[in-house]
Amino acid sequence: MSTSAVSASGLYRNFGDLVAVDNVSLDIEQGTIFGFVGPNGSGKSTTIRMLCGLLTPSAGTATVLGHSLPKEAEHLRRRVGYMTQAFSLYRDLSVEENLDFVGQIYSMPRNKRKDRRDHWMGRLDLERYRHHLAGRLSGGQRQWLALAACLLHRPEVLILDEPTSQVDPKTRRDFWRILFELADDGVTILVSTHFMDEAERCHRLGILDHGRLVTEGRPQALMQDLPVDVFRVSGPGLRDIEALLLQNTAVRSVVQIGDALRVLTDQGTDPSTIATLADKGTHVERVDANLEDVFVVATADEVTA
Amino acid sequence: MIRSLARIWAIMRKELRQLARDRLTFGMVVGIPALQLLMFGYAINMDVRDLSAGVVDHARTSISRQIVADIDHSQVVNIIAQYSSVAQLERAIGSDLIDVGIVVPGDLEVRLADRSRPAIQLLLDDSDPVIGNSANALTAYSVGPDDAAPVIQSMGLYNPERKSAINIVPGLIGVILTLTMVLFTAVAVVRERERGNLEMLITTPVQSWELMVGKVIPYIGIGLIQTTLVLALGMWLFDMPIRGSLLDVYLTALAFIGASLTLGLVISTAAENQFQAMQMTIFILLPSILLSGFMFPFAGMPRLAQWIAELLPMTHFVRLIRGIVVRGSPLADGIHELYALLAFSAVMLTIAALRFKKSLD
Repeated sequence: MSTSAVSASGLYRNFGDLVAVDNVSLDIEQGTIFGFVGPNGSGKSTTIRMLCGLLTPSAGTATVLGHSLPKEAEHLRRRVGYMTQAFSLYRDLSVEENLDFVGQIYSMPRNKRKDRRDHWMGRLDLERYRHHLAGRLSGGQRQWLALAACLLHRPEVLILDEPTSQVDPKTRRDFWRILFELADDGVTILVSTHFMDEAERCHRLGILDHGRLVTEGRPQALMQDLPVDVFRVSGPGLRDIEALLLQNTAVRSVVQIGDALRVLTDQGTDPSTIATLADKGTHVERVDANLEDVFVVATADEVTA
Repeated sequence: MIRSLARIWAIMRKELRQLARDRLTFGMVVGIPALQLLMFGYAINMDVRDLSAGVVDHARTSISRQIVADIDHSQVVNIIAQYSSVAQLERAIGSDLIDVGIVVPGDLEVRLADRSRPAIQLLLDDSDPVIGNSANALTAYSVGPDDAAPVIQSMGLYNPERKSAINIVPGLIGVILTLTMVLFTAVAVVRERERGNLEMLITTPVQSWELMVGKVIPYIGIGLIQTTLVLALGMWLFDMPIRGSLLDVYLTALAFIGASLTLGLVISTAAENQFQAMQMTIFILLPSILLSGFMFPFAGMPRLAQWIAELLPMTHFVRLIRGIVVRGSPLADGIHELYALLAFSAVMLTIAALRFKKSLD
């Protein structure tokens, strides 16, 4: 295993009685993309903010690029880029003015500032909006601008809090292409998302629920090693079948997808339990677990635990 | 250090750019001083305009008629009625028929000869302070070329306080600066927090103090522009003389701007949103207007109010600026007031710097 760029151990943070992050430990290898998924309020943003040095952990330690946080946060300002969940540049400044401002804040010499600004404006298709006010840009363009702003100073670690939650699928694909290019260049990326297709593209994935890191690993491995069986059940009277299935204690979850039910059961459940339904003209087939199944199992366990 | 300056410069330029695009704030920079000055200023100017007056002439001599005619010609009052008794006159004032009552006593000639006390009495509806101010101008009236003795004594019926018109304009600079400087800085910082800009800025190399200085400096310039505007309008529209040195006026304004801006910074660290910042500004503004001596004489206030007033920068500013503009005193005469303003700024800056942490905790 190569060096870890970001690591946390026993990270804990409460706001009064509310425990936002509970004993989170993780390691992110340099040059990889680590994804955070989890329901709203699961502690993704709080964890991210602690790893940026924005919040002080109530307990536990975090280290980024060999510097411990939040004590040495100032040493990391020039080496870490952070893209906030909500757009945080100035809406009443133009694209170019925003990028110039950020460049000046990072004390870049004028030439370098202009080069990098023009480079990213070209690369992220912002050139034609150069003189547009940021507040007038579309959601997607605004995210490109925010990304450009946190890439100007060439960070070694890039932390993105739900960067694609407000953008269309085409833009999301383009966005991820850029992320992979950055990772290839050795940039370590921590990104949180609600989208399973995005989660699946990460090198490693952590699922947060109620502040706890309930599952962590490579997406492929998480899907293969999921200790459940997955069935696709189709046929008439899905509503009745669903009610019937939910009576069975081995059934973990039933969700309708189009004209079929996706049924998760305990691993090793006798397929006949499901197959008996076939008598009533239903069709049952075994399918591979996907990442959403991993997510459902991981977050459901937490609720019952 | 050079990097710090460059970052401060960047923040200043950004702030000015935003300010130029924010029409509301930009309008307030010029609008508030102009509007307030015109409002307060025209109240002052009514000083010498026709107040309606009634007369009770118990003497009914040629001298008494001459004096009443002179008063009428002064244009301060416009005599619209004659009454036979003082009681009738007071009723007329009470029912708002007239603003001023002129009472000529029966023994006018005797009283005119006795220089120790005024001969004619004015009764004023000074529930409206403007009337009180204006009618007081009549007390300057005298009879005979070499006769300096006061002929007329004015008496407020409801509010015996007197104010001088010229006192208001210099004090008005303080009101305007308190309102705009405190509000602008508080809102400028709180807005960054509200819009999430601060979360982005915290993760950059910019230091808290650089951010504060960069945001505040443009407003120093704006404060000086406002000071100039009020002084110029005061001189142009109301013939306000500046008897002291202009440099002293600006040094005083600068110290007061500093105190207001740092107070605004402290508010910005306490307010969670722009509305709260505005509320806190009003919380400061009201005692600044009422307790500082701008509206009511400091000496007449209860001890507790005076203690509170001493804590307000406006109180020190009003004393200092009136001394310089109205009385023509040099700044050195009020140097302890200037020190008070500087000390206030230093304390506020320290509190703001301590409270403004580079984190979201």
